[in-house]
Amino acid sequence: MTTVSSRPIERGAPRVQSIGPVAWSRKHLFNSWFNSILTIVLGLTLGAALFNLLSWAFIQANWSVVADNFGNFMSGLYPPESYWRIWSVLGIIMGLSGLTWGLLARNQPQLFSRNVLIGLGAIALFFILWPLTRPHTPYLIGVLVLLAVAAAAGQAIGRKAPGSTKWILAAWLVSYFVDLYLLGGGPFFGRGTLSPSLFYSIIVMLGGGIVAGWQLSQRISIPQIPTWISKIVLFLVGFIVVYQVLWRLPYALGLDVGLKNVSTNSWGGLTLTLLLAISGIALCFPAGVLLALGRRSKLPIVQAFSVAYIELIRGVPLISILFMGQVLIPLFLPEGVRPDRVVRAIIGLTIFSAAYLAENVRAGLQAVPLGQSEAAQSLGLNKPLTTALIVLPQALKTAIPAIVGQFISLFQDTTLLGIVGLVELLGISQNLLASPTYLGDYKEGYVFIAAIYWVFCYAMSYGSRRIESALNTDLR
Amino acid sequence: MPQSEMQVPISSNNFVDAEAVIVAKDVQKWYDNGFHVLKGVSMNVYKGEVVVIMGPSGSGKSTFIRTFNALEPYQEGSIEIDGVRIANDLKDIEAVRREVGMVFQQFNLFPHLTVLQNVTLAPIWVRRWPKAKAEEIAMRLLDRVGIAEQAYKFPGQMSGGQQQRVAIARSLAMQPKVMLFDEPTSALDPEMVREVLDVMRNLAKDGMTMVCVTHEVGFAKEVADRVVLMDGGVLVEENTPEEFFNNPREERSQAFLSQIL
Repeated sequence: MTTVSSRPIERGAPRVQSIGPVAWSRKHLFNSWFNSILTIVLGLTLGAALFNLLSWAFIQANWSVVADNFGNFMSGLYPPESYWRIWSVLGIIMGLSGLTWGLLARNQPQLFSRNVLIGLGAIALFFILWPLTRPHTPYLIGVLVLLAVAAAAGQAIGRKAPGSTKWILAAWLVSYFVDLYLLGGGPFFGRGTLSPSLFYSIIVMLGGGIVAGWQLSQRISIPQIPTWISKIVLFLVGFIVVYQVLWRLPYALGLDVGLKNVSTNSWGGLTLTLLLAISGIALCFPAGVLLALGRRSKLPIVQAFSVAYIELIRGVPLISILFMGQVLIPLFLPEGVRPDRVVRAIIGLTIFSAAYLAENVRAGLQAVPLGQSEAAQSLGLNKPLTTALIVLPQALKTAIPAIVGQFISLFQDTTLLGIVGLVELLGISQNLLASPTYLGDYKEGYVFIAAIYWVFCYAMSYGSRRIESALNTDLR
Repeated sequence: MPQSEMQVPISSNNFVDAEAVIVAKDVQKWYDNGFHVLKGVSMNVYKGEVVVIMGPSGSGKSTFIRTFNALEPYQEGSIEIDGVRIANDLKDIEAVRREVGMVFQQFNLFPHLTVLQNVTLAPIWVRRWPKAKAEEIAMRLLDRVGIAEQAYKFPGQMSGGQQQRVAIARSLAMQPKVMLFDEPTSALDPEMVREVLDVMRNLAKDGMTMVCVTHEVGFAKEVADRVVLMDGGVLVEENTPEEFFNNPREERSQAFLSQIL
């Protein structure tokens, strides 16, 4: 009998061997003469590129274009005396992010693990050492501290009252309108930039009306007419009365409070980019899911509409939709009924992304085995419940990478609005670099904004990976 | 005597006086491609009875029991579940499905929910039970099928036999009047077949009305009140298990038994 291997067969679980850096590079980089040459050539090339990049960044580059205009990059022509409003918006967002993080991680023993602390510390150190943010450094550090404090508070709340988790989505929704009001200002009870003041009209008037109508319809019953009619009537009565009172009361009392109006023409920079992206993402997601469900619907009109919408929009470049929104709509509509240009931009981005998102979600829906909905139906769940509780959650889970990819595209597509005249991050850079003061500083300006775009896109992609692994229920 | 009652198929003696939970009369079904899969099948299932349906693959037995909870529509004949006629245009089909539990060959547990959530989902959303009540009953059922200690696991972390037992508990949580089993052990590794059959055996002992499509001869001999052989979309023979396995009437039954025994 011949022995094929001279080594005895290893028994038991494979041993994990720790291996020193020298041994590692011997094994992976220099294991044959060809690989050794390849390693050396590539190493020299990369080293030279890195050296050139660093020597440009620290010696040749003239970063004054960024340093002098940091406020412009961040918020465009927003009046500096109202910067506190943008800081408040950032504070609200970071506070809520911290709360959300703490609530979601309520079952983890340690919220601030070593890696998280190192990450937070590195960001803080970056802000302190980086000269460009100098006048704003205390605020940036403050926002970071707020994030950490809110996270700790969120975890404490989550442990005491696990039910509070479901309120966080409502809090985000309300905060969106608060943020819009903070940015746009205008009289609180009246016609502001996004008229009438969105926060008051949507949250207070609509919310108050709906709550009042609901309470009324639940508490009172009129015996003579069918329940559902009396419920609808009572709801409408309660809604209209409270809505009207909330609308007219401030005028009757002569209340005239509010922030200084900041027209959307002054919105710009990273603030505008984020506003466009977040609004577009928040709107295109439900629209895309509905279109995907519509495309699979058995109702012929719904299905035909969904297919026609998706195929039409996917056949048109985004820039043409944005041009239509920014240039053509103003030609056809008179000043009074024309939506704001930022609103038009958000609608354009949403219309476009929803079509692509619908196809991503549809792919996810098709990946859910038929047996899942059969099992749900055999338990007595109706079609809407089956879709909402069984099919959609699994479909969205499968589609997460594609959906986040679409979100990242949408974020980057906001740059096209710089071309049609909104001064978002790219638009503001173009305006700045066109001025004679910064002639020839193109590289510095574009490298700076490229870094900003990269940070946000990488954050989204990292977040999607974390969500994916958190939702992986197979081998936990 | 009206003709329809004369055609009511035989039942094992213990159940002639009991009320029929399922009354299927002359059920005919064509697939969309025109294949005539059920060619007039009639069968009654009485309260507390265990009926085992056997037959070669493609004989239409799975399709037949799937018409009982309207997962498959049928074109001619009639099916009544607990007095409600299942028609293809039935408005409140969910009301029938609530009363008919079904266990599938591939388990079809919901992979994104824990075992406990799988079991409580329908009671909470369909029966509108409070969560605490649903969970209490679910834990009792999981205990009954022997997996209470795994209530917070996900289906993907369990063996096939355990998953199928969860699937049975999930159906039982709706407190159905009749349970349908569509080849519940066919996708299982051999050593897991027994734990599932044990659960089904106990269920039968407790008086649950059951219709099982299965190839498990031992189970049929021991538990069934009646064995039915289907082939080619028709019902070939209905008999007591002793008679069916030892002394089948039909030639087709003899041929089938000679292949599987």
